[in-house]
Amino acid sequence: MTPPEPFAAEIVHTPVRHHILSVLVENKAGVLARIAGLFARRGFNIYSLAVAPAESDARFSRVTIVVDAESAPIDQIVGQLDKLVNVVAIRDLAPRDALERELLLASVPVIDHETRARLLDTIANVGAAIVDVDASAVTVTLTGTPGACDDLERTLESFAGVELHRTGRVALPRLGRTATATA
Amino acid sequence: MQLTGAQALIKSLEQQGVETIFGLPGGAILPVYDPLLDSPIRHILARHEQGAGHMAEGYALATGRPGVAMVTSGPGATNIVTPIGNAHMDSTPLVVITGQVATTSIGTDAFQECDITGITMGITKHNFLVQSAQELPRAVAAAFHLATTGRPGPVLIDVPKDVSQSMMEWWYPVTLDELDLPGYHPTRDVDEDAIARAVELISRAERPVLLVGGGTLKSGASEALVAFAEATRMPVVTTLMARGAFPDSHDQNLGMPGMHGTYPAVTALQRSDLLVVLGARFDDRVTGRVSAFAPDASVIHVDIDRAEFNKIRHADVTVQTDVRTALDALRDAGVTTPPLDAWWSEIRAWRSRYPLTYDEPVEDGPLRPQHVIEAIAQRAEPGTIVASGVGQHQMWTSQFWHFEEPRTWVNSGGAGTMGFGVPAAIGAKVGRPDRAVWCIDGDGCFQMTAQELVTARTEHIPIKVAILNNAHLGMVRQWQEMFYDERYSEVYLSADLPDYVKWAEAMGCVGLRATNVKEMADVIDEANAINDVPVVIDFRTDASEKVFPMVAAGASNDDIMVHPSQRGGAR
Repeated sequence: MTPPEPFAAEIVHTPVRHHILSVLVENKAGVLARIAGLFARRGFNIYSLAVAPAESDARFSRVTIVVDAESAPIDQIVGQLDKLVNVVAIRDLAPRDALERELLLASVPVIDHETRARLLDTIANVGAAIVDVDASAVTVTLTGTPGACDDLERTLESFAGVELHRTGRVALPRLGRTATATA
Repeated sequence: MQLTGAQALIKSLEQQGVETIFGLPGGAILPVYDPLLDSPIRHILARHEQGAGHMAEGYALATGRPGVAMVTSGPGATNIVTPIGNAHMDSTPLVVITGQVATTSIGTDAFQECDITGITMGITKHNFLVQSAQELPRAVAAAFHLATTGRPGPVLIDVPKDVSQSMMEWWYPVTLDELDLPGYHPTRDVDEDAIARAVELISRAERPVLLVGGGTLKSGASEALVAFAEATRMPVVTTLMARGAFPDSHDQNLGMPGMHGTYPAVTALQRSDLLVVLGARFDDRVTGRVSAFAPDASVIHVDIDRAEFNKIRHADVTVQTDVRTALDALRDAGVTTPPLDAWWSEIRAWRSRYPLTYDEPVEDGPLRPQHVIEAIAQRAEPGTIVASGVGQHQMWTSQFWHFEEPRTWVNSGGAGTMGFGVPAAIGAKVGRPDRAVWCIDGDGCFQMTAQELVTARTEHIPIKVAILNNAHLGMVRQWQEMFYDERYSEVYLSADLPDYVKWAEAMGCVGLRATNVKEMADVIDEANAINDVPVVIDFRTDASEKVFPMVAAGASNDDIMVHPSQRGGAR
């Protein structure tokens, strides 16, 4: 996974052909290392990865992995992932069938009134919110589609000295669509 | 009943029916070696942990039962990484128990600490770091279940010293649910639609070939395979991992495919219009350049591991199950083939024109290595198990030994681990004491693990080792001769240093030597007459001998190089 250049003309967080794997895993020591190690040794690319305890059962966690379906066929990625004993179930979501969200946090240095006005204007347009303010900076947040986060990130890069973090996405099937239950 | 973790571990192994452990003790595993004294389990004390691991592999390959090895933490654990990796590549069922520093010391760089579960994550089917003595029975039962079901493989159990020393209330899992493996579902129902499509493809094929891989042996499908092959009249090729799955004496067996495969096997695959692939994974040593491999063939791929489908070669029909189940399903679905007479007449022509061959033996020596192997095979009692290291001698053994039954060929395929032969032969003999066991080895391989012959002598494991001593790392030498303008770089080993006869004798074995054809026959007979101690024979062979046929690495299998005596004229 090659990170984008800090000031590259185009920010690429989403590959041309990506899939979203929603992976239910046993909540055991080392399980994330098993997944990361598998992707590394097989040469599969991960674009983002988010982990949280699963909804219903403390024995499990849900890992949402955005994979590059160009680096290897998705069936191969799923087939190898399924062989990890701690992987309980895999749902393969094609982007068109998925509802994707992620969260962006950015601290923007605000040195003068003009910058502050431009920032407020920017975040109002995309539905981002201010979550922290002090004399020299403003922290903003956006929860939205990966594309919306891409757009805001691109816009914020016109402000000098921005510190920006994104969570990587989580996803569910759109209502009425079904994920491919692959394992 | 209260037991220590160590007692529970040994008792769990007894519950699994373990008869033999190959191992070597040390600090962190010390507590477990104490209750071993009171157990009926036989422990074979290896001289190096790598030896213990390969012995366990040889045992597994010869018996079909999981091999068990036990070593200590740190260097003990890292020394067994090679056998674990080897077993992973060849899908050999193995349970490896490693000692670990106490849970309270993990992560502190304690003496003989290493992160063996981290190190082996990519080369085990699964591994466990056991956190409490109460969990040990579940870990052992789960390890054996994982190692032996689905696609078999090595499983490692890392046992911290305080876990083996603490007390637990004895229990043992009796149901699969108790193993707590919610993500493990190795078997699936056979896809009847896929079987129907396979039957359809087979019924139309004019030039079909059965490409038989190691999965055929693992599922115990040899009898079903013979019946299937005879019913369909399809030609059979057996990969390196499947030698013995189908009798070499059978008229339909074309031999081994791939880089050093027979001309009929390689060429039949190339000209085929349908490959029925049974538990094989399109290894690069089989396919050569993938884009040029069997270019006109449709593929029916049977494998228990769905990740093998479309990994290397597109399959038109995939059947995810074990080979025996698939063969039964195909038979039940009424599979038939059209007459294959034209196909067979082509194959027979290749067979008669390009049999495996080698230069005429020279009476006074040096010996032809192929001749030595044939001479041993001719004098071997039926059912003899043969093990090998890795290199020229391995390829010649696969070519010139006649394999008639499953589990008589013990070798390192996917990993290509030099030094595999001697310890694997020892493990095979432990598992099958009723069989004669020969190890055909190279001089380079022998020097890597020969010390295990001390183990063999001490434990009364009378294997026979034939060193094809050409004083070189022969396969590397062959490549340097053929592809590096005869620029020989670091391949000379000397035929006389070490003195293999004296070395054998120092290890309590009988040491013999043969430098010419007459001596060759005599020493083989002498070795066959010895059944109480291991025998090592130093066969002085011709270093210029090369393995043919050969497909150069990355070349198309169409560009197969046959033995020089067969060259010239139309192919």
